Amino acid sequence: MKSRRLSEDKVFDIAVYAIVTIITLTVLLPLIYVYMSSLAPRSEFITRSFFLIPKEFTLDAYKYLLNSKEFIEAFTNSLVITVGGTFINMLFTTMMAYPLSKKWLPGRSKFNFLVMFTMLFSGGMIPLFLIVGQLGLMDSYGALWLTSAISPFYLIVMRSLFSNIPAELEEAAKMDGCGEWRIFFRIALPLVKPAMATFTIFYLVAHWNSYFDAILYIQDQSKMPLQVFLRRLLILDEDVLAGEVDDILFSPAVGMAAIVVTITPLIIIFPFFQKYFNKGFLLGSVKD
Amino acid sequence: MEKVSVLKKQVYPNKSTSASRGKLLKKRIKRGIPLYLMMLPGVLFFLLFKYLPMFGLSVAFMEYDPFSGFFGSEWVWFAHFERLFQERIFLDLLWNTFVLSIYDLVFYFPAPIILALLLNEVRIKWFRTSIQTILYTPHFISWVVIVGITAMLFSTQSGVINNLLHAFGLSRIEVMTDASFFRPLWVIHNIWNGMGWDAIIYLAAMASINPQLYEAARIDGATRLQLMRLITIPSISYLIVVMFILRLGGFLDLSFTHVYLLQNPLNLGVSDIFDTYVYRAGVLGGQYSYTTAVGLFKSVVGLILVIGANKLAKKMGKEGVY
Repeated sequence: MKSRRLSEDKVFDIAVYAIVTIITLTVLLPLIYVYMSSLAPRSEFITRSFFLIPKEFTLDAYKYLLNSKEFIEAFTNSLVITVGGTFINMLFTTMMAYPLSKKWLPGRSKFNFLVMFTMLFSGGMIPLFLIVGQLGLMDSYGALWLTSAISPFYLIVMRSLFSNIPAELEEAAKMDGCGEWRIFFRIALPLVKPAMATFTIFYLVAHWNSYFDAILYIQDQSKMPLQVFLRRLLILDEDVLAGEVDDILFSPAVGMAAIVVTITPLIIIFPFFQKYFNKGFLLGSVKD
Repeated sequence: MEKVSVLKKQVYPNKSTSASRGKLLKKRIKRGIPLYLMMLPGVLFFLLFKYLPMFGLSVAFMEYDPFSGFFGSEWVWFAHFERLFQERIFLDLLWNTFVLSIYDLVFYFPAPIILALLLNEVRIKWFRTSIQTILYTPHFISWVVIVGITAMLFSTQSGVINNLLHAFGLSRIEVMTDASFFRPLWVIHNIWNGMGWDAIIYLAAMASINPQLYEAARIDGATRLQLMRLITIPSISYLIVVMFILRLGGFLDLSFTHVYLLQNPLNLGVSDIFDTYVYRAGVLGGQYSYTTAVGLFKSVVGLILVIGANKLAKKMGKEGVY
């Protein structure tokens, strides 16, 4: 009886490990292929119809990209958009979340409703598009930064984080003659530092990956971010790089290399923040 | 706080307390001035980019002309809605949205639950944490890259998967352009991208199950499969129901970017949804008023669904917990 149960458990265990391994491989294989083929020489794409690990390794594709003015431009634009946008995100969100965590503040519930309601109902794409135009923000990064300055969901989570700070701490600081702004920057913010790091990552990823805002508000091709460049290169198969660098060097590896350069920064930083995700205090989506 | 003041009013219904209450409020407002200033950028953001567009929805009832502006345009009231409900495209958009959402509920929704159940049974700790790290990763990869990788892998001429199919004597497939691949591809992308991340909430719920339940069942001779079936799944069933209802609330919310990137003239018949239509006819086509009406229709139906779903979820959540 007991031995039958044990053998059944063994089968169960093997099945679990097998299925989990297969799932992990289906997630991993496309990524491994992207990394590996970005290092393959052009000849290998022609002679071998299928390979996972190239026979020879070369950095040609990366050299090609680094020599491309358009790629460097798109990469720099994405950096500017991401750094500027994340800075505005964190500044605006914390500065609104902190006052809203004060239970004594008159009008607090009205402001909270103002925030909550935007999660239920929105004016939609066209009115916002028209307003951005009216404000003269079209074709500037201001449109990208300001229209997404605060995520209502993150704001609400931050508010509850701030409200966990004991009031005595602030009262003591006030006794010492600290104003609200000083308390905010010197006491409240440092206390929630680890959580703030997580929000920074979420905002950062959202800006780095965002595509739609750019095609909506930016027309000038020289201001386009990396994601727009990638779409033209990979999906539309446009000759975005044609004539720029030696065409003979171009191969599928260039597209793969562009993907590697785009996703690697995020993949590297992400495990450092995993312990915060696991706490489960943040389950919203990073994407639009 | 308001409840307390109401109580006070009932107990001492005289003028002096309401006067002192007014004084207290004044004092609090005065004390709050630096905090109100701190909130100012955020409040301006909400007014300008969240609430002004809501008032901007009135464009749907006008014949908006960019040269005459908001105040110079002519009011046409419900003309755009009449047009929308009569047009064939309206049913197409509704149908495409509906089918994609059904795909999502049937194929995507169970994926993180099954994954969480499996991961919960993995006892080797280092294996489990590294698997989890790997499975979260796609969540941080953009739709452009995901669709881009797909386009490269399935490229008809040089794509590795088509080369493989060819090597096995099968015919090459046109995943990106053949309309019949659009829906399956869309939902497979969703699973690849979100399964690991969305499993977190179920894993958290499983971690909070009382271990004594398992021990007791174990003594009674239950197998691991029975433990999963009789303890783990019933313990998270309320969460599954709540998540399902909340997903129903977001029935119309499909990622614009993802659908738009997969879209091309050949699969438009199955891939056109409200947002992509609004973008094409509004932003690119300049029919601002008409597409605002389309957007308003979507927002209103979305609001009704979300509120309904939240109410239902709260009810279910309570029944499930107690």
